[in-house]
Amino acid sequence: MANGNGKTGLRDRIKETNDKLWGSQFAESILRPGSPFKKGYSDSPRNRSYVVMNNVLYHLHPVKVKRHGVKLSYTLCLGGLSFFLFILLTITGIFLMFYYTPSAETAYADIEALSTNVAFGSLVRNMHRWGAHLMVLSVFLHMSRVFYHGAYKPPREFNWVVGVILLFLTLLLSFSGYLLPWDQLALWAVTVGTNMAGFVPVVGNQVKFALLAGVEVSASTLLRFYVLHVLALPFILVIFLAVHFWRVRKDGGISGPL
Amino acid sequence: MTEIPESLLRRSAEAKAKALGLPVEQVLAEMKGEAPPIPPPSDEPEPEPVEAMEEAAETSEEIEEAVESVEGEPAPVEEVAAEEVPAGPAAEAPEIEPAPEADVPVAPPTEAPVIESSQEALDPPASAEPTAPDGGGSADTEPAAAEAEPAAAAVATAVEEKPAPEGNGAGNGKVAAMVSPRPTVPPKGTPEGVRTQRLLTVVKARAIQTVKAEPTDKVNTWPHLMLMEFGALLAITGLLVIMSVVIHSPLLDPANFNATPNPSKAPWYFLGLQELLSYFDPQIAGVTVPTITGIIGFMMVPYVDKNPSTRPSDRKFAIALYSVFLAGAATLTIFGVLFRGLGFNFSYPWKDGVYFDDLKDWVHFE
Repeated sequence: MANGNGKTGLRDRIKETNDKLWGSQFAESILRPGSPFKKGYSDSPRNRSYVVMNNVLYHLHPVKVKRHGVKLSYTLCLGGLSFFLFILLTITGIFLMFYYTPSAETAYADIEALSTNVAFGSLVRNMHRWGAHLMVLSVFLHMSRVFYHGAYKPPREFNWVVGVILLFLTLLLSFSGYLLPWDQLALWAVTVGTNMAGFVPVVGNQVKFALLAGVEVSASTLLRFYVLHVLALPFILVIFLAVHFWRVRKDGGISGPL
Repeated sequence: MTEIPESLLRRSAEAKAKALGLPVEQVLAEMKGEAPPIPPPSDEPEPEPVEAMEEAAETSEEIEEAVESVEGEPAPVEEVAAEEVPAGPAAEAPEIEPAPEADVPVAPPTEAPVIESSQEALDPPASAEPTAPDGGGSADTEPAAAEAEPAAAAVATAVEEKPAPEGNGAGNGKVAAMVSPRPTVPPKGTPEGVRTQRLLTVVKARAIQTVKAEPTDKVNTWPHLMLMEFGALLAITGLLVIMSVVIHSPLLDPANFNATPNPSKAPWYFLGLQELLSYFDPQIAGVTVPTITGIIGFMMVPYVDKNPSTRPSDRKFAIALYSVFLAGAATLTIFGVLFRGLGFNFSYPWKDGVYFDDLKDWVHFE
């Protein structure tokens, strides 16, 4: 449409370009049916279903959820937030891995350099640390709300068990990350923590030995905790997460209101 | 039949009232049967085999899909009556017009405009009808699509056959609760090869479907749940970024095996345990409490708690127990964080300072 000058207005040109972009074969091939970005998307019940069904991320969700489930007060989205924090921690953790060497000689200097020499290094490290604390908190609160709602009752018993394992793994992840800065706080907090593990009767000392790669915290402990922290534990956690989410759906979705 | 909750009724009444431009209360009253009701097909006193039913023309993409899947194959033989031919674009137009009037003010069995319009739309040589459902081979001109719109078809059991002049069958049609009977004998002057509709039988809904699930009030995940989740996600990200800008992560002196700090504290989530260790024998505090109650005890919860109710008033003991655990854990942790000073001895945070290095380093704004 032309404006007063007889020229094509900016708004129209933007719209034209937009239509051309999203209407191109390439865009059409990316977007599955029902995508809100698809040209000519209309808000219909069918498309609302497609948005969820045809998206690899969204299809964790059912197409419809019980009305009480979307109330802010009901769960505060604690489980979802725990998962989201896990994703944030993965992203920031990958960033940190670029600048960190898990050896007793360089670890501390790497962290120091991270705060001073790397763009956003300090921010990302802070996000990783506080995000980890928040995740411990939100997983714990998530468990509490599930308990108070009695949401572990049949048919959801097993998912509760998986959830307890996830809490345990979260604590281990946070704890193994605690050592990595290799400062006094890290060293002695881990010493205290692993000493507690040593009190377990039959297998205590074996567990402690396996965790520390020795009888006390040493340079090889650092490598062990590093591999546990960045690879082994997240790997196990993701498997249990998958089972957890799967069972949430299969056990009938979010539990009912009180 | 399960009782439909008031809220669901009201919402569907609102939707219907919006579509028809009527006051909500009137539609709601009709739905509840308090006002002169719209006679749904199954409510007809006695189903006459020759009575024809018409459907409300309404865009329904589900049917389109179903039609597509059947299209091109010979029309399947229908055991029950529910058969439907998609209305072609041309046939659809005259049908829409009477729909509103026929729908709302209780289309009486012999209302003139409806009959007329349906005659226009569907002109019926009666002879074509009996062969139509099984005339798979001869269905080349009339792609008869068998369509079972889940509930409505079962209730309405409308038999409808219409010509599809455009031939591609991509029409719109939906079985709805609407009746407009037509004379059995097709009017004179209907073109050759055009079939009319015919009711084979009427099946009560209860005979062919059993309702087991309670109707639940559900909303679409998109956009309702997703919006909430996106809000929560933004909130936590905001909180985290603000925290990260304001509070620095601690970085003390390099690790030194020869200098034990005083006090040595575990990470805060283990401080409750460490607190317990200072009271009890390590065998109790380090083993019994964390592994037995902490891990195994929690896993056992659903298998120990046999109470099937989820109402708080029915499970006072469980809730009390968990609350005691929560309060205890919180107390121990806070105590360990704030009230433990040199040598892990009791100290007042306001007098001796806080010995908690995690939150030591706040950003100094200058």
